[in-house]
Amino acid sequence: MIEWFTAVQVIVAVLAGLLCLVVGFIGRPPNDLTLGAVALVELLLVAQLVVTIVAPIVGNEPSGSLGEFYIYLISALLLPAAGGFWALIERTRWSTVVLGVVGLAIAVMTYRMGQIWFVQGTP
Amino acid sequence: MTENPSSAAATRAPRRMTGVGRVLVAVYGILALAAAGRSAYQIVDHFSVAPVAFTLSAFSALVYIVATVALIAPGRLWYRVAWITISIELAGVLVIGTLSTFAPSVIGMDAIDPFGEDSTVWSAYGAGYLFVPLVLPVLGMLWLARHRPVAVSAEPAPSSAATRA
Repeated sequence: MIEWFTAVQVIVAVLAGLLCLVVGFIGRPPNDLTLGAVALVELLLVAQLVVTIVAPIVGNEPSGSLGEFYIYLISALLLPAAGGFWALIERTRWSTVVLGVVGLAIAVMTYRMGQIWFVQGTP
Repeated sequence: MTENPSSAAATRAPRRMTGVGRVLVAVYGILALAAAGRSAYQIVDHFSVAPVAFTLSAFSALVYIVATVALIAPGRLWYRVAWITISIELAGVLVIGTLSTFAPSVIGMDAIDPFGEDSTVWSAYGAGYLFVPLVLPVLGMLWLARHRPVAVSAEPAPSSAATRA
């Protein structure tokens, strides 16, 4: 895991989440802007998956449990797909709010992933 | 009679997850996923460290999954199931939150660390999950109280509901 990339990812997820919450509470159904923001968050998660598959091979080992790390990462990867799917079916403002909740949840999960990789020691 | 897709949707059995309720269901779904993922990891990786806490963890995951389904599914039975599971959640977060904070050894935990190896979603009143497990059952109860199930067949399709969305 790369520290600056993880930080960027948390910031992007927070911004995307807040953007979707604001647009949702204004009353707009999901649009290109909000779905695009969530798609960007998903793209960064896929990039993170590639990074964390390669990292242990080249000597960048997690300090905590790799298994727990992957449970977070795979769960996080599922969320934008589920939220985006929902947004395409239900064209209401609440689907946009759901996209915002997804973004913030991913920000928290990515932060936890960073903790597992950099901070958490093996018990 | 010509029927557009939205009015056809409105004539189906009324579902409980409309409007802001969808957001509630989404948050429940995420929490169910988080609790299930965590308990699966705990049980597979180090069950012997704190069997009581991890069994509780798995139980809470199950309760959140059933509650999510109960909020989505229509009908009086699921409405009752939703009340029961959300009540269990509130009791769980209060009881386990209190025990884990003031007497962790009773449930086989040794530290008051919401991010610790042996914590559950309910430890320290859900502090490890931004207190969402503490707030969510209250919001769920308020919402259930305001959205009682209506008789499925007696509900005509209100045209205003179809256009409002």
